[in-house]
Amino acid sequence: MMLSMRAAKQLRDYELDVSLSVGPGETLILIGENGAGKSTVLNLASGLLAPDRGEIALAGRVLYSDAQWIDVPVEDRNIGHVFQSYALFPHLSVFENVAFGLRCRKVPAGEIAALVTGELKRMHLSDLADVNVGRLSGGQRQRVALARALAVKPGLLLLDEPLAAVDVRAQAQMRRELRETIRTTGIPCIIVTHALRDALELGDKICVMEEGRVVQTGTPDEVLASGERGFIAHFSCGCGRNRG
Amino acid sequence: MDSTRFSRVARPGEAALSLLVFCLIACFLLFVTIPVASLFLRITPEAFLSSLQQPAVVDALRLSLVTASVSTAVVVLLGTPLSYVNARVRYRGREIVDTLTDLPIVLPPAVAGIALLMAFGRRGVVGEFLDGLGITVAFTTLAVILAQIFVASPFYIRQARASFEAVDQLYEDAARTLGASRLAVLLRVSIPIARSGLVSGAILSFARALGEFGATIMFAGNFQGRTQTMPLAIYTTMQGDLNDAISIAIVLVVISFAVILAVKYTTRRTA
Amino acid sequence: MRSHDKVTLLVPLLLIAVMLAVAGCTGTTQPTGGQTTLTVFTAASLTGAFSGIGETYMAENPDVVVDCVFDGSQALRTQIEQGASPDIFVSANVKHMGALQGGGFMENDTVTVFLENSLAVIVPAENPANVTSLADLARPGVRLVIGTKDVPFGSYTRQVLDTMAADPAYGAAYRDAVMENVISEETAITTVMPKLTLGEADAAFVYKSDVRPEDRSLVRRIEVPAEYNVVAEYPLGILASSEQKAEAAAFIAFVRGPTGNAILESYGFDPVQ
Repeated sequence: MMLSMRAAKQLRDYELDVSLSVGPGETLILIGENGAGKSTVLNLASGLLAPDRGEIALAGRVLYSDAQWIDVPVEDRNIGHVFQSYALFPHLSVFENVAFGLRCRKVPAGEIAALVTGELKRMHLSDLADVNVGRLSGGQRQRVALARALAVKPGLLLLDEPLAAVDVRAQAQMRRELRETIRTTGIPCIIVTHALRDALELGDKICVMEEGRVVQTGTPDEVLASGERGFIAHFSCGCGRNRG
Repeated sequence: MDSTRFSRVARPGEAALSLLVFCLIACFLLFVTIPVASLFLRITPEAFLSSLQQPAVVDALRLSLVTASVSTAVVVLLGTPLSYVNARVRYRGREIVDTLTDLPIVLPPAVAGIALLMAFGRRGVVGEFLDGLGITVAFTTLAVILAQIFVASPFYIRQARASFEAVDQLYEDAARTLGASRLAVLLRVSIPIARSGLVSGAILSFARALGEFGATIMFAGNFQGRTQTMPLAIYTTMQGDLNDAISIAIVLVVISFAVILAVKYTTRRTA
Repeated sequence: MRSHDKVTLLVPLLLIAVMLAVAGCTGTTQPTGGQTTLTVFTAASLTGAFSGIGETYMAENPDVVVDCVFDGSQALRTQIEQGASPDIFVSANVKHMGALQGGGFMENDTVTVFLENSLAVIVPAENPANVTSLADLARPGVRLVIGTKDVPFGSYTRQVLDTMAADPAYGAAYRDAVMENVISEETAITTVMPKLTLGEADAAFVYKSDVRPEDRSLVRRIEVPAEYNVVAEYPLGILASSEQKAEAAAFIAFVRGPTGNAILESYGFDPVQ
């Protein structure tokens, strides 16, 4: 297993208690209603939140363990975290946003230029290198955020509602591109979504969450097969229309 | 229909009210502008220029600019971490720290002056100890700077704290997941994003330091070239050549205008 | 229309309020309730003596209120030039009085020199820097306070030092060393004394009269020999604009009479007849 995670944390309305794992190159989907604790799971994995108890390990390295008194700081976990609003740095250009992680790692300037240029090219952002991020469209912002997270070659990629801020008409194309990017990098990935279409197209494995618990785990086919009952029933018609 | 027609008719009461408000505004604007304008009317350009070459005036200008710059730099250096911590970290006693840092704003400068003298004077609580080490603080240029730091720091710290609070924490979280240490987050993300607020806070603090009078004359004394800043020079030259006093006052008015414009400019750019 | 009336009423009211405020600031005195109020602009160095004289005079003349305003002579002169109209002006030097006379502000034949004063050096009673003579003032590290060059006690101090510099016994180096020791230049005598009593300064050049009787235990006085000293002449006179010249003349006569002179002498002044 690349990531194994067992974590419990008392939240305001309920206790979150999850146990999940992601294999090499595997994409895990966390799906559930708003407030089910999906984003919290990502924050626990990247270290922005600390669990009350549990253990988190990535590629054999323990990142958190209450028993062993280990809590690796966020900046040392090497986990790419793409937020729902993307959180692109408003004071930096597209190029500098993507270069940010490399600069923090004190990578030599020449190397940074080469790495960032390559990353921008792969994400079809080369023309926008010097543009201020405030002038980008939703889809462009998503690609910059993804490029920024991938530039440092993270051991795990966390995507929180990656398509939510993208124009509905562009979503299908963005979804395809996202799947391709994830596949080619081979980085294990957790994607939070509440759109069933995202889950089915992007995921190797799906965890359905309700009130801080994983209530169902399986391949997309398995989850779809059990679709008549429970949570999935809400989503069988496709999310885009539900939200429209 | 009735209601629309009714509101279109200019009611006499409303007209009178507008006139009243207009008069009050005009009165106030005149009250503020007449004294400032009078400074410019009371001196000829030749007298102004020749005053600006007086040694006392030159010394005061230089001393004021140097001390206010140094004190602003110290305030920024010490105030930035403090305001960042108070904007981001909840800890026991934060309210007390906030109140203490705000205190100099409401404290009369004379109180600040005597308090500093009691602390750093030759027989002061700290000054006695420093005197034993051969360090003199009171009545030196250092005392001018300390007085300015004391009275001007809240202007920066308040503004800096508000600016840091306005920075979305998500940017800092994102920076940390990308490998930035807490210090790197502060230097590469929080400060650059809060920059215009920090700059306008520093400008306000500089202006307050430049105008400091009460605490300085009590704690640093009045000596040309060493502790006689522009406000003290106005006070002193009033006893001699009124033209010199007016000239320094005009320089301060011009600087004050520049400060207001600079603050407006830096804050507008973010909006 | 009612609110319009309010406005027309309000504007004159505002004007009246402003005029009252302005009038109140210029120090114009009006007799109140059968009493005469004499406003006396008095040089700051006379604070103690004239407070005493004023109280004694009021005790003897219940129908007169003596209202002394103390400030530096230059500041008082500026106020008079800018429209303040006291009844009497008491200056610490003839320059400022002369300027007012030239400007037609004074009733010129009432102006006379009534007092002489001269400089002395004072040191705190415990004398931390061990200053016992004028020569000690040039010792490095002695913290000295003097007046700015624009106030009389400051310009006299410079005159004293220049006279000493001209004497080979001291020389120019002495003057420069003394000036080097100055930590602060004050515009009024009132801010000198706290610096000595707080121990911030080791010595100060002041008028002989500046040590109030109640402060005599706090400071020690070092005389400046007559050959170096400057005699400051204090003129006083009645303002041309005074509406109570007879009362003002009576007060001046009292100042120059035996009671006034005794009080002035107790403060270290030398009255001139």
